[in-house]
Amino acid sequence: MKVAVIVFPGSNCDRDMFHAAGEIAGAEASLVWYTETHLLDSVDGILIPGGFSYGDYLRSGSMASTSNMMHKIQEHAEKGKPVLGVCNGFQILTEAGLLPGALMRNKNLSFMCHQEELIVEDNETIFTKLYEKKQIVRFPIAHGEGNYFCDEATLKELKDNNQIVFTYKNNPNGSVADIAGIRNKAGNVLGMMPHPERAVEALLRSEDGLSLFQSMIANWRSSNAVNA
Amino acid sequence: MRKVRVYITLKQGVLDPEGKAIQTSLHSLDYPEVEDVRVGKYIELQVKEGADLKGRVAQMCEQLLANPVIEDYQIELEGAR
Repeated sequence: MKVAVIVFPGSNCDRDMFHAAGEIAGAEASLVWYTETHLLDSVDGILIPGGFSYGDYLRSGSMASTSNMMHKIQEHAEKGKPVLGVCNGFQILTEAGLLPGALMRNKNLSFMCHQEELIVEDNETIFTKLYEKKQIVRFPIAHGEGNYFCDEATLKELKDNNQIVFTYKNNPNGSVADIAGIRNKAGNVLGMMPHPERAVEALLRSEDGLSLFQSMIANWRSSNAVNA
Repeated sequence: MRKVRVYITLKQGVLDPEGKAIQTSLHSLDYPEVEDVRVGKYIELQVKEGADLKGRVAQMCEQLLANPVIEDYQIELEGAR
């Protein structure tokens, strides 16, 4: 499976994502600068890493969401290509409208950087197949604006369609319904604040993130068995 | 050319922790009369005169300047009656 890690000006988790998806999980990963939109045509999955794209000007993710790269990613997402956005990547996906809701300042106004326990609410997505339902996993968080917000109608829709993929066991940031990660209706776009790419080796104090990348790769292999 | 002022604030009902912190500080500075604080953004645009100027600025707010999920916006045109 070929995956592109998108690099915007100000992305800073791109190399971690590249390392996790490529060297650890075994995908054929490449770093793609945000102007190289044509390179997306030849990949099977798109990873939008964390960081501070465009210096978080206006709102986190808002500048990147208007880029040609995001328009292109939207086209690929509509065709069903897997898209994972982590941290700033999640913020970009909500700003671009690929996922509902918005990410606001943490309730305590502080940037938080530590490990959190998450609950896998849905293990039937292409990103979470290798987890148990309700499994507790440990991923680091590192964000100042991870407080997920949506109105009640949207929350109901998220619940009705099983779009809530990860929740926090001990909500650190004030997110509505303890939401840590959600998917789109079709199931091929996942956005989450915690960092699975920083939890793929024992050295990092958790390997729980590895299954996320492996799920995505295994899903691709099984649906492309003939060509694989 | 017309100066356009855009004010962006969090929607009513959306918690504004920054506003709350400022309110607490104002209280500790002995301004107990402050009952609520909402923090927002102020954006100034210079826009060429044209048809539906205000409507186009409203579109800019919807698409980029504000996030309609959490924010309200208010547009003021300088010199407008």
